[in-house]
Amino acid sequence: MTYLTLSITLIFVLIPLVLSKTLNLGLERDTVIATVRSIIQLLLVGFILKFVFDSESLLYIFLMVTLMIVAATHNARNKGVSIKGITWKVAATLIFVEVLTQGILIGLNITPPTAQYIISISGMVIGNSMVLSILFLNRFTAEVESNQDETELVLSLGGTPKQAIHRQLITSIKASMIPTIESQKTVGLVQLPGMMSGQIIAGADPIQAVQFQLLIMFLLLTTAAVTSVMLGFLSYPTLFNQRMQLIHKS
Amino acid sequence: MALDYKPAIHFNQVSYSIEGNPILQGITGSFPEGKITTLVGPSGAGKTTLLKLCNGLLSPDSGEIYIKDQPIDRFEPVELRRKVGIALQSAPMVSGTVYKNLALPMELKGGTLEKSPAESLLRDVGLGEKYLDRKITDLSGGQRQKVSIARTLVNKPDILLLDEITSSLDRTSLKEVEELITHINRKFGTTIVWITHNLQQALDIGDYTWVMMDGEVVETGESDLLRAPASDRVKSFVQGGAE
Repeated sequence: MTYLTLSITLIFVLIPLVLSKTLNLGLERDTVIATVRSIIQLLLVGFILKFVFDSESLLYIFLMVTLMIVAATHNARNKGVSIKGITWKVAATLIFVEVLTQGILIGLNITPPTAQYIISISGMVIGNSMVLSILFLNRFTAEVESNQDETELVLSLGGTPKQAIHRQLITSIKASMIPTIESQKTVGLVQLPGMMSGQIIAGADPIQAVQFQLLIMFLLLTTAAVTSVMLGFLSYPTLFNQRMQLIHKS
Repeated sequence: MALDYKPAIHFNQVSYSIEGNPILQGITGSFPEGKITTLVGPSGAGKTTLLKLCNGLLSPDSGEIYIKDQPIDRFEPVELRRKVGIALQSAPMVSGTVYKNLALPMELKGGTLEKSPAESLLRDVGLGEKYLDRKITDLSGGQRQKVSIARTLVNKPDILLLDEITSSLDRTSLKEVEELITHINRKFGTTIVWITHNLQQALDIGDYTWVMMDGEVVETGESDLLRAPASDRVKSFVQGGAE
């Protein structure tokens, strides 16, 4: 695709702008900002990736993955500010998920240890883990807030903090994993995954593209499960003090 | 209070606040062992907070609490809460059946509650065994309060803290619960601390009474004090505000 044809695709930005103006939706400014940001960010990433792929330097790969984890942590932590030490808990979760998935992929020779594979797959894993963290933290903080009576009941009867928060924790873990599982049930029937479509458009063999997509989907299942469970078990103890009392937030 | 009995719970200058707002201030006194002490006073007096301090759900900002002469901090929280049971006013329930709620204290210990003692507990609180498999959502407020009492009794606590457990009960049920609590007190020597807005109830079943207002204990003594309070504030409360 040439830059000229790419610029013609801006027609797809004009349509929502016209609709927003006509219907007084007030989304013109945000649409323009989103468009400009996506152009700058993606082109920048494109150039950086090209540089890193060409260099094949382990240091650059490490820096890229670190940058992804830092950005994802910053984004996700805002949803759990009421949980003490949430920043390092999210960071630890993302690092663990990244090390686990890359460890399996590279250790079992499923993908080669090259920048092209490590960075692309890390982007999907960390991005997915970030979204899962946000979903989990949103649900968990709401569950804890609205079920304080139940938590206090279990404590009052001689339950431990883990027993007192168990139902809310499990509900939140399940709720955050459901979108990943549900989207995989209809994949190929309702929507073609973006990565697979991209590979096919770029001329790859569809069967090869499907195989790679399956690998990513299975990977994301592990990502979803490990993220929710690990973040959940790191987060709940901070809701209680040493005397096993629920710390009430104002 | 002139102590003729050993204290089951003793407070020494206990204060508690939330974000700088004092809820309890300088509470000193004792709940006698094996007796029924009622706590009365207007809403917001700090009565529920006082019970939660005894059960270890909260800790005081300052002062000491002793459970049977032992500083409260000496007890492991889990051990303390099984020893000092509390039935909360809102009667919170876990979703599911009445049996699931009754079995909860045993499950938390890693055990199970047989159907037979569960049925017996239900009969004790004036609910028949037919309620065992009922869903919690099908119960009235009064029935939930009865289940809450029965559930607290599963741990066989030495000290029983009751937070307005009869507020949603009709007259017949109220009498049944009063008889049950009195029976537990007389038969097992269980110390009872009972928050109530019903002054007649305090007179009928309480051996002792604490009158609390604005986070302080205003008057304590044998429950008859409610017939002839010493302080004007309590007189005014007894004549006017109380049910």
